[in-house]
Amino acid sequence: MSQLDFKDFRQEKRLFGLRAIQSGLLVIVLLLVVAGRMFYLQILMHDHYQTRSRDNRVKVLPLAPTRGLIYDANGVLLADNQPTYTLELFPEKLHNFDDTVARLRELIDIRETDIERYNKLRKRRRRFEGIPLRLHLSDEEIARIAINSHEFPEVRVKAALLRKYPLGELTAHVLGYVGRINEKELSKIDPSEYAGTSFIGKNGIEKSYEEILHGRVGLQQIEVNVGGRKLRVLDQSPATRGANLRLNLDIRLQRAAYDALGDYNGAAVAINPQTGGILALVSKPGMDPNLFVEGISSKAYTALKDSPDKPLFNRALRGTYPPGSTVKPFFGLAGLETHTRLASETTFCPGFYRLPWHSHKYRDWKKAGHGYTDLNKAIEQSCDVYFYTLAHSLGIDVMHDFMAQFGFGKKTGVDLPGEQHAILPSREWKKKRLKTVWYPGETLIMGIGQGYFTVTALQLASATATLAARGKHHVPRLVADIITPEGKTIAPPTPRATQIERKQDENWDTVIQAMSNVVEGSRGTARRIRNEHYRIAGKTGTAQVFTVAQDAKYDADKISKKNRDHALFMAFAPVENPQIAVAVIVENGGHGGSVAAPVAKAMMDAYLLDNTKQEPAR
Amino acid sequence: MSLYSGTYSPSGLSESNPVKHPGLLARLHLDLTLLSSLILLCLFGLIVLYSAADQHWAAIYRQLLRLGAAYIVMLVIAQIPPAIMRRWTPAIYSIGLLLLIAVLVFGHVGKGAQRWLDLGVFRFQPSEMMKLAVPMMVAWFISERTLPPRFRHLLGAMLIIAIPAFLIARQPDLGTSLLVASAGLLVLFLAGISWRLIMGAIGMAAAMAYPLWYFMHDYQRQRVLTFLNPESDPLGHGYHIIQSKIAIGSGGLYGKGWLFGTQSHLEFLPERSTDFIYAVISEEFGLLGVSLLLSLYAFIIIRGLYLATQGQSTYGRLLAGALIMTFFVYVLVNTGMVSGLLPVVGVPLPLISYGGTSLVTLMAGFGILMSVYTHRKLLPT
Repeated sequence: MSQLDFKDFRQEKRLFGLRAIQSGLLVIVLLLVVAGRMFYLQILMHDHYQTRSRDNRVKVLPLAPTRGLIYDANGVLLADNQPTYTLELFPEKLHNFDDTVARLRELIDIRETDIERYNKLRKRRRRFEGIPLRLHLSDEEIARIAINSHEFPEVRVKAALLRKYPLGELTAHVLGYVGRINEKELSKIDPSEYAGTSFIGKNGIEKSYEEILHGRVGLQQIEVNVGGRKLRVLDQSPATRGANLRLNLDIRLQRAAYDALGDYNGAAVAINPQTGGILALVSKPGMDPNLFVEGISSKAYTALKDSPDKPLFNRALRGTYPPGSTVKPFFGLAGLETHTRLASETTFCPGFYRLPWHSHKYRDWKKAGHGYTDLNKAIEQSCDVYFYTLAHSLGIDVMHDFMAQFGFGKKTGVDLPGEQHAILPSREWKKKRLKTVWYPGETLIMGIGQGYFTVTALQLASATATLAARGKHHVPRLVADIITPEGKTIAPPTPRATQIERKQDENWDTVIQAMSNVVEGSRGTARRIRNEHYRIAGKTGTAQVFTVAQDAKYDADKISKKNRDHALFMAFAPVENPQIAVAVIVENGGHGGSVAAPVAKAMMDAYLLDNTKQEPAR
Repeated sequence: MSLYSGTYSPSGLSESNPVKHPGLLARLHLDLTLLSSLILLCLFGLIVLYSAADQHWAAIYRQLLRLGAAYIVMLVIAQIPPAIMRRWTPAIYSIGLLLLIAVLVFGHVGKGAQRWLDLGVFRFQPSEMMKLAVPMMVAWFISERTLPPRFRHLLGAMLIIAIPAFLIARQPDLGTSLLVASAGLLVLFLAGISWRLIMGAIGMAAAMAYPLWYFMHDYQRQRVLTFLNPESDPLGHGYHIIQSKIAIGSGGLYGKGWLFGTQSHLEFLPERSTDFIYAVISEEFGLLGVSLLLSLYAFIIIRGLYLATQGQSTYGRLLAGALIMTFFVYVLVNTGMVSGLLPVVGVPLPLISYGGTSLVTLMAGFGILMSVYTHRKLLPT
């Protein structure tokens, strides 16, 4: 202690006393601040926090509705819900993911793809929600987990219904598939309706009838703890299951077309001309839609996406092909109905056609020519020169307007998503799209279904059905009935049928007779499908993929398979009372009569012949 | 004891002070008023704990054992005269520092921080000891010199505070570091340093905030950020404080009733029997219960301050005053953080939160306070 500093004890005590009083005041002031804060929270903000406390405690749990089933016309189940057991992890209870997986692997098989999917799903979910790690547990696996469940508080085996498409590839392009709801879809749907649902229709019927198939969500008010664990049910209203659908689709036809296409890629559509009901809609190759339900691995998806056969591409709906000669009956009818030609009027076919004052030769497929050709012969033998001449007489405007009545160039309005409208060319279309004028030569090649003119298999089938029904046009429909959970049958919304104005019924008879000769006639291009059970009216077609030089000869063997012509066939049967109209497109199939017509025949057989002759529908 | 036989002993000066006939409590060197308030507080704490610990008697038994031990510690320390404490102060402080260094070198890592020293038989937390040793050392250092302290003495005192505070912050244990430092600083405040210096120091501290931020651990920074905007991270770091505010706010004026706090019992409130027990009190007993609790705390602190002023030596007064004010810092920081006024630092609600370490230290502090008050030579005035 310094000698100079004199310690004044009395002063020190007084000083301390002063500071003690100041401290006491400070204590009181600061405690009052805390008390003020409490007043703010507990009195002024009480209502707000009381609500939040209640929100914490009471959870409204959605009860997911069961998705409606889909049947074919004869009651064959096409889309089912199968109970499946899923192993879920709860991230909030998870200490170490790798450790848990390692321990689980001693009990069950967990693949890298499972982990990959888990990590993908984990990013989208809240931490107290279960995230699927393994799907489709077997009974034995469930038992193994159950026995060791005390070691795995972070794991739960959850029973759920998973969409299953028993026929797989066969119905893939019709039904589409369901998959987990993604961000984009989330913004379009009513989130409360889908609160308990993790799946949504991604394509096909599953998408276009999503609202009907989904059903209505139920609600359950429960008291929960912080882990979201259910403590007790306070109130509930059950879910309403989705309605079932019965399709016009007949799986026997579908299978027949699929099998008949063999190794070819292509599309086949069959329509009932009386109703517009789609009896078959095939796009080959397909893919297994069940893969998409569970979340397809990126490797498998890339394989499908990059496959040169394009299995994900719905050829029947989205594939646009030059119709080739299959449009000849329509143009023939146009010639008659517009009084441009009489049925008996002949055109001389020397094997080529030249526009007046032009040197370019428009060749006929038959180099030697057909000689004098009337409409019947022109359709039966598919004479090109007849239709070059006719097209030149009709002109592009008449051709466009007449064909538009049959639905070419616009979407059919089928109850499936993603349909293409293809192209029915016109002067306006060309000016708008290609910024050039229409050339007369383009009119000629349009007359034989080439050039800019493209169709989808569905459009061609629909137009054929309209022709078969003498101009009565029904919008093609896949769904026949909606069967509500109460068992009531409701017709799906269907646009009213329209009728093309018929100038003279004989004109239609003449064209149909000529189409009949395509099959029945001794020189008909599709005579190989002639049969004793029913009469078929049809027209073959060949669509060029590859332009052959002016003087060269088309030689199928010399051209690589992918540049080979597409084979087409449109037909309906029976001629007297049309029940089925078909359009078949076989990619790179060569000639329509030999490749595409048998596919149509197989479908017609399946539909028209006695059921006992057919393989039973599986 | 014989050294100070004059103090409150039945013999000696009893004749010159016939009114003050010492009772049992006086002979045990205890203050009845303070003791009964503390017991009342602890009983209230047990009642709340029963609810917060989901009515598990086991927790109550354990807490009762700890309370018993803590009261015994208080009783024992109350018997030690301040002069003896003062004599031992430099040694205690030095041992504490060595142990802190030992912790950093050999310490047991628990919950991401190195705080424990495993002594074989039991585990010991030297940082707790420093909550007492630092104010003792500062009081010792200051009281040797003139008051109010000279500036150069202040520098020495700051060093006494800063070294252990830094070592504890390195463990890392920001909450304890803060309490240790404030205990030391409170001694300086009570010693009478001028308000100008205090204001200057506050200004300096504000200026130091940036470099401090730079040295903080990620979790500490996160706490600060979350404190500034808890709603920004409702499922992560802000979760504690949001749920705590919901618990408090939903309690209202009268509370949801004992055992009926939904936030607490449905496990929405984290750390509800330890650091966040104040939210349980607020939820179940409402503003009325909280006001009573705060009043009881205020009473204890004011009483403590009064007892401190009655100390005979400067050392005793400074130490006792700093300890009771440290107790206040506990209350302020805990209630402030639970109600969202202050960032979340791990400071328990004194004498109520479940857990033993801080309890023993706190009661040891009250033991010192009682000792300072009761070991007095009655000087003729």
